[in-house]
Amino acid sequence: MRTIKFLLFKEFKQIFRNRAILALIMVMPVVQLIILPLAADYEVKNINLSVVDHDHSTYSQKLISTITATPYFKLTGYNKSYDEAFRLIELDKADLVLEIPQGFERNLVRENQQELFVAVNAINGTKANLGGAYLNTIIQIFNSDIRVKLLEHEESNQTQNIDVTVSNWFNPYMNYHVFMVPGILAVLVTMIGGFLSALNIVKEKEVGTIEQINVTPIKKSHFIIGKLIPFWVLGNVVFTLGLLVSWLVYGITPVGSLLVLYVFVSVFLLAILGFGLLVSTFCDTQQQAMFIMFFFVMIFILMGGLFTPIESMPGWAQTVTKFNPASYLIETMRMVILKGSGFKDLLRNIGIIAIFAIVLNLWAVLNYRKTS
Amino acid sequence: METVIRTEKLTKRFGDFIATNEITFEVKKGEIFGFLGANGAGKTTAMRMLCGLSIPSSGDAQVAGFDVYKQTEEIKKNIGYMSQKFSLYEDLTILENIKFFGGIYGLTDKQIKTKSDSLVEKLGLHNEAKKLVSGLPLGWKQKLSFSVAVLHDPKIVFLDEPTGGVDPLTRRQFWELIYDAADTGVTIFVTTHYMDEAEYCNRISIMVDGRIDALDSPVNLKKQFNANSMDEVFYQLARGAKRAE
Repeated sequence: MRTIKFLLFKEFKQIFRNRAILALIMVMPVVQLIILPLAADYEVKNINLSVVDHDHSTYSQKLISTITATPYFKLTGYNKSYDEAFRLIELDKADLVLEIPQGFERNLVRENQQELFVAVNAINGTKANLGGAYLNTIIQIFNSDIRVKLLEHEESNQTQNIDVTVSNWFNPYMNYHVFMVPGILAVLVTMIGGFLSALNIVKEKEVGTIEQINVTPIKKSHFIIGKLIPFWVLGNVVFTLGLLVSWLVYGITPVGSLLVLYVFVSVFLLAILGFGLLVSTFCDTQQQAMFIMFFFVMIFILMGGLFTPIESMPGWAQTVTKFNPASYLIETMRMVILKGSGFKDLLRNIGIIAIFAIVLNLWAVLNYRKTS
Repeated sequence: METVIRTEKLTKRFGDFIATNEITFEVKKGEIFGFLGANGAGKTTAMRMLCGLSIPSSGDAQVAGFDVYKQTEEIKKNIGYMSQKFSLYEDLTILENIKFFGGIYGLTDKQIKTKSDSLVEKLGLHNEAKKLVSGLPLGWKQKLSFSVAVLHDPKIVFLDEPTGGVDPLTRRQFWELIYDAADTGVTIFVTTHYMDEAEYCNRISIMVDGRIDALDSPVNLKKQFNANSMDEVFYQLARGAKRAE
């Protein structure tokens, strides 16, 4: 125990002397949490729409103003012909073209039926597809509004409408920040924990100080624990900072208990730090360690369910995510923060992460060699 | 006299390369044992095996009575080591380095305090004690390294080219530290390239191409090789070396 006390004394001294790293540890979570969720937003706005109106009727005007009144569409062209509008797509000035045929109003009122033509610029697939879907919804609403108005005059009702009303549980306003912030915080904790620990022992190898340690009778497990604890503390500090930012900037407070969150994050940190230390024991230079960590962190993030849901990945990829500690963190963060899950719901996740932590750290201790 | 280091055909191979080739020698308690040889002769490899940092490929060796294969951690309790490359923490102060390594070797707080005070006194580091080690001149770093290596009163201290790159005056002062330690009964095992330093040793061995080609006191070696100085002895032996630098 006394040995660990001296190791901690040394590690903390070194951490606090390294101002650049310390600043990075403190500034990174704050800045990234403020910037990334605002930028990484699934909601598509400012879709450039070009309209070709062959009808020039009251209804066609109404439809256009209904569409442009929403924040999603920006009218960038009002063209006479489809070719003209298509030119705008070619120039990348329009994402969507809406063509209103001649006789739109007449057909709508008299024949109760009318087709509209929508052309989509699929180069930016997400934007165009979502835009197409938005446009569809708006037109449908417009359509049913007209039906209601027409019904006031006519008794007969020929339209059969099935409306599906979606109610978004746990994130009622479908606020993407609420969804993204816990995920990004999870990534931050993974990155900071993983990189700091991966670079640490390797740095001692590079500088040569490890030699002076290896020639002492220090126990390998003590040495690893001495490396683990300082970064575990730092990881918790970063996590706390992140929670504060989510609360102050986005007003996100966990629906579940903070205790549950901290218990999970504490165990998770042991796992990811163990992984970093393991990488550290395999490498001889910081460059190697850095590249190996990049490789894994990329996979951890992209296959962790942050941007794309794990459920929609192919079967083999879903199997891979089971070995990705970050996927459990991202899931748990969302479960606790958005859904209010408690210990009972998380027992499985905590258990799995605890196994990760034990295996990775034991492996790191075994693979750290005082004698070559 | 008690034997503190004993090797028997100690060998280390790295693939086809035989870094240290069947070296056999003994070092007595309290001796200053010089380990000479050209660059790449295998000195550092031999020393690392004796310190428990490297497992031998074959042969036997005991250091402080412990086996270099199985009891490396027991050996480490009984030795001090100063590597060729400065390897204390540059981002810690002198006092912090002493405290850290003292703690790792299991010294009590009181012992650490006493040792720190006497070290600062002995090396005249009153003004630097609380400064980061990175700012110290090389000569002082080396004196500090040595002091840290003997902090826990080891039976044997291994010094790998401890005075490389420093001026003659500082080297002289460094050797005074070595003599002080030897006077208290510590065995000194030192590698060097400086032949004047070789003269300070009780006995020296000269390694050529991984083997020990000569081993005796400086006086006897000069007689044996019919030379006036250790320089000449060294040239006669090293000339036969086949390993290129």
